[in-house]
Amino acid sequence: MENKTLVMKGITKSFPGVLALHDVDLEVRPGEVVGLMGENGAGKSTLMKILTGVYQPDSGTITWGGKQVSFTTTRQAQAAGISIIFQELNNCPNLKPLDNLFLGRELDRKNSPFLDLKMMQKKAAEVFKYLDVSVNMDTEVRNLSTAHQQMIEIAKALLTNASLLIMDEPTSSLSDREVTKLFGVIAELKSKGISVIFISHKLDEVFEITDRIIVLRDGENMGELVTKDSTQKQLITKMVGREISNFYTERASKATDEVVFEVKNLSGPPYIEDVSFSVHKGEIVGLAGLIGAGRTETARLIIGAAKKTKGKILLDGKPVEIRSPEEAVARGIAYLPEDRKVQSLILNMTVRENLTMSIHKVLTNWLGIINRTQERGITDKYIKSLDIKLTNREQAISSLSGGNQQKVVIAKWLATVPRLLILDEPTRGIDIHAKSEVHRIIAELADSGVSIIFISSELPEILELSDRVVVMREGKVCTILDHKDATQETIMNAAFSGSANDVKETA
Amino acid sequence: MAKKQARGWSVVSAIVKQRESAIFLALLIMMAIIQVMAPNFLSGSNIYLVSRQIALVAIVAIGEFFVILTGGIDLSVGATMGLAGVASAGAMAAGLNPWLAILFGMVVGVLIGVFNGWLVSYVLIPPFIVTLGSQEIARGTILIYTKGWPITNIPKSILFIAQGDFLHIPVPVWIMLVVAVIAQVVLTKTSFGRRVYAIGGNETATFLSGVNVKKIKFFLYVIAAFTASIVGIILVARFESAQADAGTGWEMQTIASAVIGGTSLAGGSGSVLGCLIGACIIGILANGLVLMRVSSYWQTAIIGAVIVLAAVLDHFRKT
Repeated sequence: MENKTLVMKGITKSFPGVLALHDVDLEVRPGEVVGLMGENGAGKSTLMKILTGVYQPDSGTITWGGKQVSFTTTRQAQAAGISIIFQELNNCPNLKPLDNLFLGRELDRKNSPFLDLKMMQKKAAEVFKYLDVSVNMDTEVRNLSTAHQQMIEIAKALLTNASLLIMDEPTSSLSDREVTKLFGVIAELKSKGISVIFISHKLDEVFEITDRIIVLRDGENMGELVTKDSTQKQLITKMVGREISNFYTERASKATDEVVFEVKNLSGPPYIEDVSFSVHKGEIVGLAGLIGAGRTETARLIIGAAKKTKGKILLDGKPVEIRSPEEAVARGIAYLPEDRKVQSLILNMTVRENLTMSIHKVLTNWLGIINRTQERGITDKYIKSLDIKLTNREQAISSLSGGNQQKVVIAKWLATVPRLLILDEPTRGIDIHAKSEVHRIIAELADSGVSIIFISSELPEILELSDRVVVMREGKVCTILDHKDATQETIMNAAFSGSANDVKETA
Repeated sequence: MAKKQARGWSVVSAIVKQRESAIFLALLIMMAIIQVMAPNFLSGSNIYLVSRQIALVAIVAIGEFFVILTGGIDLSVGATMGLAGVASAGAMAAGLNPWLAILFGMVVGVLIGVFNGWLVSYVLIPPFIVTLGSQEIARGTILIYTKGWPITNIPKSILFIAQGDFLHIPVPVWIMLVVAVIAQVVLTKTSFGRRVYAIGGNETATFLSGVNVKKIKFFLYVIAAFTASIVGIILVARFESAQADAGTGWEMQTIASAVIGGTSLAGGSGSVLGCLIGACIIGILANGLVLMRVSSYWQTAIIGAVIVLAAVLDHFRKT
């Protein structure tokens, strides 16, 4: 394995309507561990996907070991010695470690089509010795711990002679002891001149393992920190940025004291624990946190899409059992899911059919026959009130723009006349104009007395709309902030470290 | 005048754009070719026989179609037909009132659907496996009960449901029309039908919209078993006996009818009319090949080729 320097210079990449990366530089020297930090959507994974050949940059150059390269597949990147280990491990759980290690690169006996098992076993033993870990080779990978599965991924990368390893959130599902072990392996790699790009949301770990930290924000490189000379506070400031945009206007809340909805000690799969908060009549409660903090999962437990193991849900102070989305709708709780195409839209149907999907109860007679006149009337009413741009209510939902599709989905839930509306990333993937319209709609709904839980990964809109902000981290509520105390800094501090103030001043 | 003509033209173009139009055209071309090659094709007696046969396939195909609309499959309809037939014939042979015996046969057949629907919707076993298993269970039950012998002595009073006619049209064709109209109304006018299409289009979104997806999927298998049972009993009246192997292979014919008629096996699209045309194509093709004296070995291969061709054309139409 030769040790090479990676230089990415002036990388720019845009997707339709979004500038994902703008003029980003990144350098990694042999034997260096570089942390890559930033909020959700800052461009970390896009940058890594460009490096490993998943995407092509619009402009900019990548130099690897002094030579300019441009990978068009991850396989090419691998062959050149750059491997990525994804957060979601990419293995075949039904196969044994050896099969996974050599998947797609099986060794054959000379001049024969048969596998050279002996050689593969020998090489596997070598690489695990090198990493100083022992893995049970006689069981299927699914029976191994996440930590061991990760070691197999690392070993697999080393078998392809990787000299640069990218680890995307490698510690997200490891125990403390396993993390220590992983860091031992990273130190080992480092001492052999192998470089690591370490992507993580956990500040402590980044400060423990990296040499330098590069911060991305909104697709731009915000500069780098030398780890040993920096504090966590400096890092957060860099990630969040100083300027709070004045684009958003203050909302005069009309929330009342009446508690409409409350969860108490809600727990359930996959990792939600003791979540408690309440929502008042006409109040917007923002639900903030990093990806994987458990916001969507909490919503799914509330509407009965997943089964809670513990805890109570109270409507108007009375405990209710909600076992399915059907029962949630019947009780006046509406949930707008985060992934529009996968969870909200029925693409082969018309705008009208999508819009009225949740109100068949209102539209049907005793025979179950839908009253078309009433259905058209309701559809037209919402097309008008939400200003949905379309030529015809009978056109396919798939032919609308993302923003208008989302408005149809919002209309679908408004038509159920909900008391509690849970909005999960309602502005994701829609343009600026549609976004401000959605914000206006949300504010108006709250003012008309609807209680709203607003999940978003974009702090500015959380701050703009929320009366209170519930910050979640690793499946738990870590803090609840009043509107006046909520800032990007307090929220991010809580999301990263578990409390609004408790950020270590030390390096 | 010009305006009227323009409107007439737009109606024509709307019809042409319907997916059913293409297969209907294919059906007409096929019929023309068969008529040229075998002039007795369009004779009254042949049409009478063919329409009765097509009607039976179409009734089962409509039930199967409901299941396929949600992306499911029911391989047990053929065996369900057999079991419903044997159960009602057995009850008749035991001296039960023939109409009560028919009711009994329907209940036994529908129980297969309840079994399928429960395992698919609530226990979440893949429909292919569940209905493959229930097919064997039903077939085995028939053999245990009949030991392979036909049940005869069917009361004359019920034979008209297969052999009779009304206004010169066979009774099974009337039954098919009733089933088709009900299916069409359910699918296009009711909440249930809307939800069936929605589940086929996006099951997750439908569930999160507050629809009881499990309950609907459960009833689809019951519907498929119900239509299969109707035809199983008509076959008893048709042959004046219940055969142990009645309905064998019908699952393939009915799935093929739906697919040829433009139903997507992935779910979410297709129509009752398409199913009917699909059943016509299969029935008339089989009949035409006989009239043209094509060997029965070739017939099987040709029908198979038509099914594959329909699937390939459907794939290209989509992409």
